[in-house]
Amino acid sequence: MASDPSSWPSGYDAGGYYCEVFGRTDAPAHHTLPLRERLSRIPVDELRRRARNAENELFNLGVTFTVYSEKDAIDRILPFDVIPRVLSADEWRQIEAGVIQRVTALNLFLHDVYHAQRALKDGIVPRDLVLGNSNYRPEMQGFDVPCGTYVHICGIDIVRDDAGRFLVLEDNGRTPSGVSYVVENRRIMQRTFPDLIDVFIQPVEDYGLRLGHAMEAIAPAGIDAPQIVLLSPGIYNSAYFEHVFLAREMGVPLVEGRDLVVDDDRVFMKTTAGLAPVHVVYRRINDDFIDPEVFRADSQLGVPGLMRAYRKGNVSLANAIGTGVADDKAVYAYLPRLIRYYLGEDAILPNVETHLCAERDGLMYTLEHLDELVVKPVGESGGYGIVVGPRASAAERAAIRERLRRDPGNYISQPMVRLSVCPTLMEEGIRPRHVDLRPFAVTGRTTWVLPGGLSRVALRQGSLIVNSSQGGGSKDTWVLV
Amino acid sequence: MARYVERAENLARILDVTLAAARRHGSAQDWAAILDINSDREQFSESGRAIDGDTVVHFYLLDAANETSILYALTCARENARTLRPFISTEMWSQLNVAYNWLRTLRAADLTPPERPRLLATVKQYCQTHTGITEGTFFRDQGWYFYHLGRYIERADQTTRLLDVKFHRLGAVAPTAPIEAGEAAALLRSAAGYHAFRRVHPRGFVLGDVVGFLMLNDAFPRSVRHCVNEVDRFLHDLRQRYGLRGGTDALERLDDIQVALFERPPSTILQAGLHDFVDRIQGQLIEISGSLTRDFFGR
Repeated sequence: MASDPSSWPSGYDAGGYYCEVFGRTDAPAHHTLPLRERLSRIPVDELRRRARNAENELFNLGVTFTVYSEKDAIDRILPFDVIPRVLSADEWRQIEAGVIQRVTALNLFLHDVYHAQRALKDGIVPRDLVLGNSNYRPEMQGFDVPCGTYVHICGIDIVRDDAGRFLVLEDNGRTPSGVSYVVENRRIMQRTFPDLIDVFIQPVEDYGLRLGHAMEAIAPAGIDAPQIVLLSPGIYNSAYFEHVFLAREMGVPLVEGRDLVVDDDRVFMKTTAGLAPVHVVYRRINDDFIDPEVFRADSQLGVPGLMRAYRKGNVSLANAIGTGVADDKAVYAYLPRLIRYYLGEDAILPNVETHLCAERDGLMYTLEHLDELVVKPVGESGGYGIVVGPRASAAERAAIRERLRRDPGNYISQPMVRLSVCPTLMEEGIRPRHVDLRPFAVTGRTTWVLPGGLSRVALRQGSLIVNSSQGGGSKDTWVLV
Repeated sequence: MARYVERAENLARILDVTLAAARRHGSAQDWAAILDINSDREQFSESGRAIDGDTVVHFYLLDAANETSILYALTCARENARTLRPFISTEMWSQLNVAYNWLRTLRAADLTPPERPRLLATVKQYCQTHTGITEGTFFRDQGWYFYHLGRYIERADQTTRLLDVKFHRLGAVAPTAPIEAGEAAALLRSAAGYHAFRRVHPRGFVLGDVVGFLMLNDAFPRSVRHCVNEVDRFLHDLRQRYGLRGGTDALERLDDIQVALFERPPSTILQAGLHDFVDRIQGQLIEISGSLTRDFFGR
């Protein structure tokens, strides 16, 4: 017996947060009606049964990541929730335009930092923040990259507040990951929920193809059929599954540092028949480890001489070396200003209000409003080191106060965004859980954004931390046509 | 990867056959023989364990610390597959992953005598399914050739080990001497060759015939000769098809084995000493494997 779709699921209470399926008020969003209609026809037990099938498939296929914090590295499935997160065509248009604008500004900023440094001279961004940044690579100063593109693959972390506005939480322009889950989640949904997925949604299957085209676009000039490779740190890296995925989807070899060799400032890969030239490297290794000749000399993962070949223009790297200076959490605060500076536009997707503790005003404000703010270390990723003021104990707040006094430059603070929620299938039933969104942008000559992106969900009730390494899961993201 | 799966399958078969034989005679000698085939007797006795069905089956099925165990082999196969994911089909990877995950759920308590045959049969089935999926989905570029090189080298090695140990157990006998039907059957079944042998030699079991069949019958998929021929064929094809220059040392060694096998009838081998003969082949197989790795993978 089908229940009334406008009241599906019964007893669901978004708790005052914006709900991705229901919207802001008690009146459900129109664009999610087809989904709700179909979901209302599936009893919860059946949903659970199919969810178990989906998880088994993920387990059998080894769609996993490895968690480092345990004693032994353990393969974990990224928990997958079967209720999709849906974006209307209009919502997507705004997000897409905002992401393209942001990536464009990031690339212009990086070009500027590594060339004329106008933004620094005009005082738009403090000099020290950029040039004193550990991710700034003087080796890139004055070097022209193909198409002027530095960030070829970018993941922008977006949240929605309780007014329904999309805000940018963070830029990821070094080695953003998660796109493999986007595509695998869609495939799993297609197999386990064929009755749900006949709603018209934008496909995500062509990510590999688009990525391949972008890599071709940035290849050194004059090469007919450029050889692209994906450079991975190897099977012990937590994202190895994604490296395999990307290599296969692009149809290119997956290599490790020891498979490549630089001779006469050109890059070659070792094959059973000898050396073969390589023209483009999509590298999933950090700058620090990528070339022991130039960066960390103790790196076993990199390719000695890669920078030499790179600077000669004999090989193209994606993402470029030195992009970390733009996706730094402190530089993030200046992005809206940089968008205005380079593009003469207002940011389509605003930042979350951010206070820089490196600045006196920012530090004062943070110390005074600690119980309302989320304090984040600038250098960390993966959700570590974050202190959520309103939820922290007195001891935790005292500790962060101390750290702020000692090393203010390492922190920013933001108000706690009342993140949107999405119905999620939990043990006790369908419940609201906080979600975010990470769209992926691919830039060769121009920027293309994968429709949707990774919707991460914080599975613990009330938790705002969605990262996989800390108990988050993911959902399929639908962008309606 | 291929070698590990082949190894797991062979071991499952040997264990299964020994289980059946032990049910008939209840003899500890059969179990000790498996330890000898894999050169594990010393390690096993050092641990102070008794040699019987319980301990030996557990040792070879589930003991993660034992590098010759099925668990270890399937773990390595699965880890290899993980590394090779860009090259193998999704189904190949996922099936090995499923096999590995299944095996990992087994506990010592699950290995009760009535369950053992079923569990070993399941291991064999997983290995054989892997072979089937590989045949049907593995794209046949260079990786496929290396896969088969590994598989046949391993298989040849396994058959020589089987012969070596069983022959020792049988003692020094003249090649024309008859062997007890049960012994011969166990030996042949361990290599999945019992019925094939009966078709070729319907009248009974003569030592020279049994050894000859397992070593030299090139229609039998697990004979040493058949496996060596396949290694030779795949290596020639690989070099020719891809214009590769590596593998010349391996080819010479393969020639050496083939000449040694062609030139001698089983009776001569038996009289000269099967153990030394088998030793030499095993040595060559190890060298072949090493030189192929060096020639094509530079390490």
